[in-house]
Amino acid sequence: MNLTLAIISVLILGSAAVAVSLRNLIHSALLLIASWAGVAVFYLWAGAEFVAFAQLLVYVGAISMIVLFAVLLTRHSRSELTVAAPALSRAIAAILAGGAVFCVLASAVLKTDFAARPAAAVPPTITVRELGTQLMLSHSAAVLVVGVLLTVALLGAIVLAASDDSKKGDAP
Amino acid sequence: MSGAVILHVAANVSEWTSRHHSLTFAAAPETSWLERAPLLARDALTGLLPESLRWFANSLIGIGVILGAFGLLFAYLTLAERKILGRIQNRPGPNRTGWFGLLQPFADAVKALTKEDIVPHAADHVLHFLAPVVLVALSLMGFAVIPFGRELIAVELDAAVLYFFAAGAATELAVFMAGWASHNKYSLLAAMRALAQLISYELPLLLSFVPVVTLAGTLSTTQIVAAQAGWTAGFIPHWYVLTPWGLAGFLIFMVAALAESNRSPFDLPEAESELIAGHLTEYSGFKYALFFMAEYFGMCALSAMAVTLFLGGWQAPCAFLEWIPSYAWFAIKLLTLLLGFIWIRATLPRLRMDQLTRLAWKFLVPLALINLGNAAFWSLTASWTGPLQLARWAIALLVVIGPFVVLGRTLSTGVGPRTYRYAT
Amino acid sequence: MLGTGLLQGLAVTAKNFVGSFHDPARLTTLEYPEVKPKLPEAYRNFPFLVSENATDPMGTLRCVACQICEKECPPQCIYIEKSKDKKPDANGKAQIYPAIFDIDTSVCMSCQICVEVCPFDAIKMDHVFEIATSDRFSALLLDREQLAKSNEYYHSIRPTEAAEVDARLAAERKAAEEKAKAAAAAKAAAPVKPATLSAPPAPKSPAAPSAEAQNPPPPVA
Repeated sequence: MNLTLAIISVLILGSAAVAVSLRNLIHSALLLIASWAGVAVFYLWAGAEFVAFAQLLVYVGAISMIVLFAVLLTRHSRSELTVAAPALSRAIAAILAGGAVFCVLASAVLKTDFAARPAAAVPPTITVRELGTQLMLSHSAAVLVVGVLLTVALLGAIVLAASDDSKKGDAP
Repeated sequence: MSGAVILHVAANVSEWTSRHHSLTFAAAPETSWLERAPLLARDALTGLLPESLRWFANSLIGIGVILGAFGLLFAYLTLAERKILGRIQNRPGPNRTGWFGLLQPFADAVKALTKEDIVPHAADHVLHFLAPVVLVALSLMGFAVIPFGRELIAVELDAAVLYFFAAGAATELAVFMAGWASHNKYSLLAAMRALAQLISYELPLLLSFVPVVTLAGTLSTTQIVAAQAGWTAGFIPHWYVLTPWGLAGFLIFMVAALAESNRSPFDLPEAESELIAGHLTEYSGFKYALFFMAEYFGMCALSAMAVTLFLGGWQAPCAFLEWIPSYAWFAIKLLTLLLGFIWIRATLPRLRMDQLTRLAWKFLVPLALINLGNAAFWSLTASWTGPLQLARWAIALLVVIGPFVVLGRTLSTGVGPRTYRYAT
Repeated sequence: MLGTGLLQGLAVTAKNFVGSFHDPARLTTLEYPEVKPKLPEAYRNFPFLVSENATDPMGTLRCVACQICEKECPPQCIYIEKSKDKKPDANGKAQIYPAIFDIDTSVCMSCQICVEVCPFDAIKMDHVFEIATSDRFSALLLDREQLAKSNEYYHSIRPTEAAEVDARLAAERKAAEEKAKAAAAAKAAAPVKPATLSAPPAPKSPAAPSAEAQNPPPPVA
């Protein structure tokens, strides 16, 4: 377990842990974004440049905006941004649910047989060209499905936004 | 008879171009000492250090040079902007501090540093402090992948273009942090508007360079510059801007770059008459200067990327002008684009929020998508020669100009009675 | 087509930029203080006292301390004290002169009323505006020595007005001289007349001037 991976994991897990325990919603959102940035750093450490920059572009650049807009637009005043301390029943339910997920994931990780590599081997770096070729040839079905899903989402958003002004467009 | 002559000439020209398509630069400019001067200087400096520290020193020197050069460029760009804006507005611009006002940027720096740093009592102090710092840091990170000269690039990445735009996208977060941390309703509202503008124009920005990546076949900036090498007939370069889809892509990129760096005519978020200074209202002194530094760095970085993607990077426009070193050509092209930005600022009035978003979604995005199809057609018909070459150009130009005119008609709604949505 | 207006606008600004280097109409800035502005003749700032010649400014002041300007000044910023003696003025006539003539420029509003009411063209409006001082009280109270400026100076700042004033004063002087000459001639001719003419008209002519001399002139209002 080398030092860089340790630092990166502390960053990701630490910011996620602090994010779920803070009272201020906006601070939680920003720490969540920091943990996503940590995941991008992890991808860079693992040698997947393209995925790292895509993670930054999509998560930190766009999904963070969605989270923040959603938080701000659904709160009527600034006081609603502090989360109340949870009751005991809620804490017990959370521990049970979290524990169940942890057991499932831990058993999946422990059952997988990670092949040991010789230490001197150079890790293969996937170039963008190879990535593109693989996406378009062997995984093209998945790419098409994702594209259709995104198009449907976009069309739905446009329909929802356009449905409340049935009059003519506003002034130029 | 004349038609046959024209066809004959066209066939000869296109045959000649397809033969000389793969002209690369000769050996002489690569080894001239003027060209290699920066690399020689760097090697002389790092040669003083032991072997193990050389890579570290190389990186440090690269970072130092970029920071120094672009810091000075930022300083004198503010002065050039004020003087050029002044001359266009029939006045001289600053000329009292030093000859021709050349010490004005340093006077501005002293002013910004000595102003009192006021933070509102109820503001989120950590975020208030972090916002300008994060913004400047992310704007500066974009310079790492730009090839300034023949072998002058800070970091050689395989997915360089994606890195550049990821760094740019992350700056939007800092804008939100600035607006939120000020604990001011108007700052927050203005930050939301600024975010809406940034998100709207990110799509045309990203879509406009996808054709370049398609045709160059790579996301690496050095290879994109290399793909634009060579000249037709010795004086027509193979830059992407000189193709129909490249010209359309370049113009869309420039408009989106103006909007991404909050520059006039898209400077609604920070104009003085709009909610005071927008998300910058509660910032004073050096933090305000940092926000403007981030804006200018963003402008310079986007212009540098436009030079790399569309204008051939550090390549010379003609074969016989190659004696001018590559970094000088890069600087000339970059300064031309920046002066163009200043010229546009002096000419155009500010766009309103709804005009801004309408321009992005209803005009630029469709044009960028059509441009993508156009570039695909161009790439697939690369083997057409002779009179088909003319047909290829004609079709590509038509696909650029046609939708521009048609969509332009829908944008300008003409004169007529105004209808207001909420006024009863 | 979309964009044509934009290109026309860019052309206009480019023309302005290029023109600002060679066309004075496109760079109208005056770089003060190296270049002073050309003030129009009717520009008025604070008043000054006109003296006929520069070699003896105090002795040739046109002002006769009639105190009309002191009474007419709206903010009452003029203070005049008459002299006890009379000195000959530029015309040679013995006139009283102002022993003290102070204008408080911190009060004066340059309304030009003192100039309009002066019957002797003695006070006129000046052009100076670079008179800022750091002494709020004594430096802003101008006395007689500081206010007196020569007629040449008046010509240099207000040529047409000064020429008109000089012409008018010269004409008045000439008319006065003619009148004096006629009176002197009449006076010289009067004693000759009784020797040549008959008796009845004789006592009349010496009686007429003596009657005039005896009748005191009506008091000045």
